Amino acid sequence: MIMLPEIGHYFLILAMLFALALAILPMLGYWQRNAILLAAAKPLTYVMMALTCASFLILAIAFARDDFSILYVSQNSNSLLPIWYKVSAVWGGHEGSLLLWITILTLWASLVAYKSETLPNSTGPVVLSVLGVVATGFLAFILFTSSPFIRLLPDQPVDGVDLNPLLQDIGLIIHPPMLYMGYVGFSVAFAFAIAALITGNLNASWARWARPWTNVSWAFLTLGIALGSWWAYYELGWGGWWFWDPVENASLMPWLAGTALIHSLAVTEKRGVFKSWTVLLAIFTFSLSLLGTFLVRSGVLTSVHAFASDPTRGVFILALLVIIIGSSLFLYALRASQVKSQVSFGLTGRESWLLINNILLTILTLTVLLGTLYPLIFDAFDLGKISVGAPYFNAVFSPIALLLIVFMGIAPLAKWHSTKGALLWRMAWLPALLAVTLSALVFTFHTFDAYLWLSFAIALWLVLMCVRDWLDKVLSARQSLWQRARKLPRHYYGMQLAHMGVAVSLIGVIFVSMNSTETIVRMAPGDRVTLGSYEFEFLGTRHVEGPNYTADTGVINVYQDGVVIAQMLPQKRLYKARQQMMTEAALNPGFTRDLYISLGEPLANGAWGVRIYIKSFVRWIWLGGLLMMAGGLLAAWDKRYRRKIGA
Amino acid sequence: MKKILFFIPFLVFVALGVVFYQQLGKDTEYMPSALVGKNVPEFKLVNMESDTVVSNGDMPNEPYLLNFWATWCPSCSAEHAYLGELAEQGVNIVGVDYKDEPPAAKKWLAERGNPYSLVLLDEMGRFGVDMGITGAPETFVVSAEGKILYRHQGVVDAEVWENLLKEHMQ
Repeated sequence: MIMLPEIGHYFLILAMLFALALAILPMLGYWQRNAILLAAAKPLTYVMMALTCASFLILAIAFARDDFSILYVSQNSNSLLPIWYKVSAVWGGHEGSLLLWITILTLWASLVAYKSETLPNSTGPVVLSVLGVVATGFLAFILFTSSPFIRLLPDQPVDGVDLNPLLQDIGLIIHPPMLYMGYVGFSVAFAFAIAALITGNLNASWARWARPWTNVSWAFLTLGIALGSWWAYYELGWGGWWFWDPVENASLMPWLAGTALIHSLAVTEKRGVFKSWTVLLAIFTFSLSLLGTFLVRSGVLTSVHAFASDPTRGVFILALLVIIIGSSLFLYALRASQVKSQVSFGLTGRESWLLINNILLTILTLTVLLGTLYPLIFDAFDLGKISVGAPYFNAVFSPIALLLIVFMGIAPLAKWHSTKGALLWRMAWLPALLAVTLSALVFTFHTFDAYLWLSFAIALWLVLMCVRDWLDKVLSARQSLWQRARKLPRHYYGMQLAHMGVAVSLIGVIFVSMNSTETIVRMAPGDRVTLGSYEFEFLGTRHVEGPNYTADTGVINVYQDGVVIAQMLPQKRLYKARQQMMTEAALNPGFTRDLYISLGEPLANGAWGVRIYIKSFVRWIWLGGLLMMAGGLLAAWDKRYRRKIGA
Repeated sequence: MKKILFFIPFLVFVALGVVFYQQLGKDTEYMPSALVGKNVPEFKLVNMESDTVVSNGDMPNEPYLLNFWATWCPSCSAEHAYLGELAEQGVNIVGVDYKDEPPAAKKWLAERGNPYSLVLLDEMGRFGVDMGITGAPETFVVSAEGKILYRHQGVVDAEVWENLLKEHMQ
């Protein structure tokens, strides 16, 4: 048992060798038309997966057993840490997150191998081989710069430094794995695209194979981002839900590009157009996932998430990026120029609407990319140090996003090739009118703000257009509504659900910014304060001992119409191992509003600074995220992807 | 001609790569301390051995190292032995026990030897905040007049001493 970490390290080395073999042998097999080498791809993938999973498990065991002789464990755990946090501390730092990253990559690769029966004979192995290249690079990165199994001998500490208290939270247990499932999942679409470039089969079929994978990865990434936002909301203590922080942007960019990819894959599959663009988008999406990893890991950008940065690691990741992305783009430049698409489409066809979708999403991605990299480029040309914050993003990002959502209402109604103007008008006039009127009605009760009014009208427009489209589809035939509704394919409902999710999130965003109130007050025991329709009574604080922290818990009764509706218990915690103060906000969640209280600083005579927020509809932001995720999964589970298809 | 268009993504990427590479050399974490050239901020801290209050006037009348350390900090145990060597060479080192528990600190010094001429307790880390430190260990070179001459973040070893700290100790 003592040697377990060394075995874990050894497994990683073996995994890298298998990944290297996977990167080389099937590729050779493809060039030489050697069936044996091609057939090696699958078993190599499985062995590589088993090895990385085993070493991941070994690291988890080291955490569970408090093996502080391992540097990484001692830096990220503590004997007092509850067991579930010990296990999640595996990905609490740089080395472990990378191990999680590579473990997920090999799991995805194995799933591709398992499902590869439906692919033509040579495509499957080439796809796996491309994933092998990526895996080799990242395993080498872990082994040469950031092994989690490095020992701290002979001077082993008695106890660990502890997991960063910010990360000791249920949201952070599941957020990184979900995020990585998404990031890394785009490697599959990427591998399909590269395989298509290599084999020259740039027809519609690669798009069909890549679609369910892209949908599932996108769904995971959506969930990951939503979880991250939710965590930031209740853990950082002031109720913000998005910060435009570089690390958040790093996850938003692949999401935006991935959203564009989902749509352009659909066009490529159904109509055989945008072929080379879709390939580029697949490369772009995965590149952004890699770039996200690079930006967070290399220390090129600093952020509140601040992982330890190390220039050697930066150089290594950059080299990795140059090899993977650079060679992909070079291959693209050589091969994609030979593609010709014969199909033409009209200005009003669904192709055009989806082209608008792709253009807008690409602009949004570039907007975020520019905002994130601008300080860096500014610094590179010695123009000084600047930071780009929320004002830039809000000013540039949201109008384009709103425009995109306007088109989201129209595109599903449009027909392939060309759509009659009369049809669009017949479908759209009523929703448009209703949206504008309803929005105006809602806003007569509030101070009027043209921009918010427009945003809300657009959200309503999207919902109404989704409903309108569905009604049109189920009412148009002689069968009963229920029969028709059941006959509509899952991918259609997936799309509807995801689009509705966007509307729900947008409504959440609008109401949070419009209708939220907050106050910061000094409260002594017995004090009362009124905010909105609620009255808050501070009863005082009591001392609480947690497993690895001590805390002062404020006790606050909430009254509505003179009746106690809730008791809220915000905490100020002192984590012993790191001597770090943490604010645990108290939440009283609701469908239309959250009450949110966090303790500030202790003042004289048992009084405390107390921050009270009423957040309107804030839950809708994440509810929308869940709907989008469900939509993505539902679409991926459509029956049509399970049929075997030829090359 | 159209073919060249397909090289644009590649070229943009190469340009970005160059920018990133140049950026890597720069240490975004490194912040030259704003305190260099200024006096050590006013403080009142407890002397661990004598349990008396110590302030700026009680500091050594020769150049000295002001070292922030803690028992919870693995890097501090890494530099501890070398600080011992420095102390034997006659370098005056004042230790600040940063965000730590005094009994643990006493036990640690009893076991590993005490390189410090004076150990101050900064249990709440207030003095650390005043000095602008971001973690432990951090070491400052302070002149006989109480002026901060240099700041080093991280472990002090022979290399750091010879190349960075020693020249400021004249």
